[in-house]
Amino acid sequence: MTDRVELPLSGASFGADPSFVELLKRQRPEAMPSSLQMGGVDVPQATTVLGLRYAEGIVMAGDRRATAGYTIADAKMKKVFAADDFSAIAIAGAAGQAVETVRLFQLELEHYEKLTGDRLSLEGKANRLAQMIRANFPLAVQGLVVVPLFGGYDEGRNEGRLFYYDATGGRWEEQDYQATGSGAQPAKNSLKKRWRPGLDHDEAMRVAVEALIDAAEDDVATGGPDLARGIFPVVVTVTAQGATESVDEDVATAVRAVVETRS
Amino acid sequence: MSFMPYVSPDQLMKDRSEYAHKGIARGRSVIGLEYADGLLFIAENPSSTLHKISEIYDRIAFAGVGKYSEFEDLRISGIRLADLRGYSYGREDVKARDLANAYSQALSTIFTQQMKPYEVEILVGEVNGDVDGTSIYHVLFDGSVTDEHGFVAIGGHADDLTESLKEKYGPGWDLPTAVKNAVRVLGAPDSRTIDHDHIEAGVLERSQPRRRKFRRLTDSEVAGLLAG
Repeated sequence: MTDRVELPLSGASFGADPSFVELLKRQRPEAMPSSLQMGGVDVPQATTVLGLRYAEGIVMAGDRRATAGYTIADAKMKKVFAADDFSAIAIAGAAGQAVETVRLFQLELEHYEKLTGDRLSLEGKANRLAQMIRANFPLAVQGLVVVPLFGGYDEGRNEGRLFYYDATGGRWEEQDYQATGSGAQPAKNSLKKRWRPGLDHDEAMRVAVEALIDAAEDDVATGGPDLARGIFPVVVTVTAQGATESVDEDVATAVRAVVETRS
Repeated sequence: MSFMPYVSPDQLMKDRSEYAHKGIARGRSVIGLEYADGLLFIAENPSSTLHKISEIYDRIAFAGVGKYSEFEDLRISGIRLADLRGYSYGREDVKARDLANAYSQALSTIFTQQMKPYEVEILVGEVNGDVDGTSIYHVLFDGSVTDEHGFVAIGGHADDLTESLKEKYGPGWDLPTAVKNAVRVLGAPDSRTIDHDHIEAGVLERSQPRRRKFRRLTDSEVAGLLAG
């Protein structure tokens, strides 16, 4: 897939392809994450992530645990990232594959922005991600499934929007909240009770953190916040002002507030 | 069958060089200068969308004069090279020097082997940790590269601009002073005042907390800087 077309008369190529992924495929195919062919290996799995809409935009959060079989492969993994200035991506599934997909996706957006001088629309970003997940499908069949959540602030519509995907690259827009990964079900149950339209940022953060705590209680692969060791969920917020990752202290405050109501 | 008349290499290079010079002299100029917080690229450009100045990578910016299609071609190739390298190795491994070398190689090949040389001159600028980390590379249409310090002017009135910059330039200018003086210098060759919305400017700011240090100055920002 490339948007470079030829001029019918001269045969010269028309327009510069603004895609970094296509460039990488042409120039360094061996560096493409999906050119790895392996399956049946017990690779670390990133577990629960969630996203929700609130009054000013969206909040995305993820626990910090990665598991390989019954082993905790990583207690401090980051699964939620700012994709660019106005969007964020959260990933669950085969960790190595997922992190590489995020890195490539971030570059894809930056490359497009630099080459064309314009940011992709939120819709455009969401579609591009769907294509990248679809390209990973041969690996997904072998067990290396990557399922992201994507969200951001739509500068055209002036609102936060949330998208979720399946392993085949299917893409749906979500109006309220969504979770994916091993702890998705308990997280969604929790969100269903606590989410409401028009939450403010503190409430949104608290609802997100509480859903992750609920997920950790019901799912062995999801890591709860660890106050003793200072391991807290990663929370990224996107509003009209841009994408920001919350500092640990703020997340810790939300965690403590939830923990207090339960002790 | 047609015969190519013999042309001495001396003459051939001279002709091409003249051709490129002429093309560049027709266009407007760009000034690159170091100021207190980094690097300023500034140009007279009536278009607000067809840029002469652009971001290449985190700490690297680009400016071109001459034929738009040709420096745009170089700009795109530069971004591709930088992004590929940064992805294959690490972000901090992308250096302005490597880009300047790549541009130099490409332009030199085009100059000697293609039907016509590129009618362009470009600047590749980079900021790093401190004042000493700033570098500006000036690449000519034939691939020759120079490493510039303090300030540089390229394009149509490059010589005049360099002369007046020499008189005015003071290291450690803040941004408003740098912009004001640069705009004055740009208008000096034909003694006019350039309107703020005909100014295109971009800065690489060391103090910028983001990873990407490049920022385009908006029309209103330029107006503010000029008025202040």
